[in-house]
Amino acid sequence: PRGSAGAVPRLTLSLCPQVSAAAAAGAFPKRVKVVEVGPRDGLQNEENVVPTPVKINLINMLSETGLQVIEATSFVSPKWVPQMADHAEVMQGINKLPGISYPVLTPNLKGFQAAVAAGAKEVSIFGAASELFTKKNINCSIEESLERFAEVMAAARAASIPVRGYVSCVLGCPYEGKISAAKVAEVSKKMYSMGCYEISLGDTIGVGTPGSMKEMLTAVMKEVPVGALAVHCHDTYGQALANILVALQMGVSVVDASVAGLGGCPYAQGASGNVATEDLVYMLNGLGIHTGVDLQKLMDTGTFICNALNRRTNSKVSQASCRL
Amino acid sequence: QESQASGLPEYIKIVEVGPRDGLQNEKVIVPTDIKIELINRLSKTGLPAIEVTSFVSSKWVPQMADHKEVMRGIERHPGVQYPVLTPNLQGFHSAIAAGAKEVSVFGAASESFSKMNINCSIEESIEKFEEVAKSARNMNIPVRGYVSCALGCPYEGNVTPAKVAEVSKRLYSVGCYEISLGDTIGVGTPGSMKRMLEAVMKEIPLSALAVHCHDTYGQALANILTAIQMGVSVVDSSVAGLGGCPYAKGATGNVATEDVIYMLNGLGINTGANLYRVMEAGNFICTALNKKTNSKVAQASFNTGTIN
Repeated sequence: PRGSAGAVPRLTLSLCPQVSAAAAAGAFPKRVKVVEVGPRDGLQNEENVVPTPVKINLINMLSETGLQVIEATSFVSPKWVPQMADHAEVMQGINKLPGISYPVLTPNLKGFQAAVAAGAKEVSIFGAASELFTKKNINCSIEESLERFAEVMAAARAASIPVRGYVSCVLGCPYEGKISAAKVAEVSKKMYSMGCYEISLGDTIGVGTPGSMKEMLTAVMKEVPVGALAVHCHDTYGQALANILVALQMGVSVVDASVAGLGGCPYAQGASGNVATEDLVYMLNGLGIHTGVDLQKLMDTGTFICNALNRRTNSKVSQASCRL
Repeated sequence: QESQASGLPEYIKIVEVGPRDGLQNEKVIVPTDIKIELINRLSKTGLPAIEVTSFVSSKWVPQMADHKEVMRGIERHPGVQYPVLTPNLQGFHSAIAAGAKEVSVFGAASESFSKMNINCSIEESIEKFEEVAKSARNMNIPVRGYVSCALGCPYEGNVTPAKVAEVSKRLYSVGCYEISLGDTIGVGTPGSMKRMLEAVMKEIPLSALAVHCHDTYGQALANILTAIQMGVSVVDSSVAGLGGCPYAKGATGNVATEDVIYMLNGLGINTGANLYRVMEAGNFICTALNKKTNSKVAQASFNTGTIN
């Protein structure tokens, strides 16, 4: 039930034992939904800012690759995130292909209303498993941040708009260091019970390894059905694909990634951030897992945006395939 | 306890191939004293095996022309193995004369690759290695066997698991104590790694297997994880990810030792290696080569100034 609102699809998933059984047998999911976060998470964390037409072209090219979900922009104040200042123009300017979801970030009710006015049909909210991270990022406690989101949830429900929930720092925090799996499970459970149809678990600083990923997911899966879980791995320590592999083995079938690995790590200067969508799709293809994504078209899109940003790709598949 | 509960090996032997496989595939040739310094630093990291050099004609591999001087010049730390490559009997004798106590031979699972690389068929190459192995056995010198193109070949494309198993079995039967299965062009994924290992494990005991993964397509750690989940307990890697891919210009090659150790540490698997010291050795050689490290762990750690 991609992008559909309401409790019914979630209930169906939680009654569906196949996913857990298959995972127990060590099998991989047959299909994985790739959530492309390059235009938002990627561009937001790039040094160079690209003009609106380039952003729109990027999203339009991504729409032709077979990706089903493309995170388009963020309705947050340009004071805080200047790279996303053109959110309304981007939202209104992109081709919205049928069958593709274009979620946008909405940190509060005001952002939500602006998003809907600009044509958004799906939104995302961001929580964190670390008090210190929440304090530093949005100047309040986790509990307070969830209270703010409750407003967004109510408005989204009234407008039949599905909400995706992100949990940051699930495998470690730049300020607190170690994060307990129990805390991640607690925050995930809260966001899920508030009405998020999917919870994306983010290894924000990429410190996780298959060991900590497994431990964290085991705890979270006790509170949230695996069909409603996604992983958002950063490749800052080169661990992303190995972490994603473990998540897949445990039954997770939604994976976030960023074309060309756009988006550095704001906590480690010069280090990489998001895992590259091309490298993820390459691995999934090799595992015989269906994604619907055309790898060549994806690489071409990565080439386009890297040229526009005047930077080299972070995708190894792209690097290896380049004949220049 | 963590690794035991997960069914993973408790201990993994890392075979450090930076000084040989790494430097051999770098554009810049480093002077002998830098090579020696690198190996000496690696000897202090806790890594149990360091591939030192290659006793191959300097006509073919100029980067390894100083093999004798390097072999004679390095410190030998107790408990650390220092294997060297020996493509034939002549190289073997030269290696022994220079003080080598362990050697490696290189086969391939692809006829085309064997022809293009060493100008003979797989069987012909194994006959040469058999000569080396016989002499080695007489002198109590262990021989490690490499199988290249285990997950794909730059000329033939797809390589069957059956072929890899066949070549591995041949090498094992002529006396190699360990077979290192190499994803030479890094095209493998956890899917192909699993299928290949399943075939090879029918012919060779698990404890005699190693994986040598290239990170050219970013798949190395996922492939290594798959291998260790299947019980493989020997992993080859290269400090700072030294050694590009000769078949894909500008692409990376060897997986970085630092990144492997980071993953194994996180899994609670013992390697005996001190990650920080390996990063320092990596930093040393990258400075000497005037290049950026290929290790993401090193990149992230040196930029935050903290080690996680």
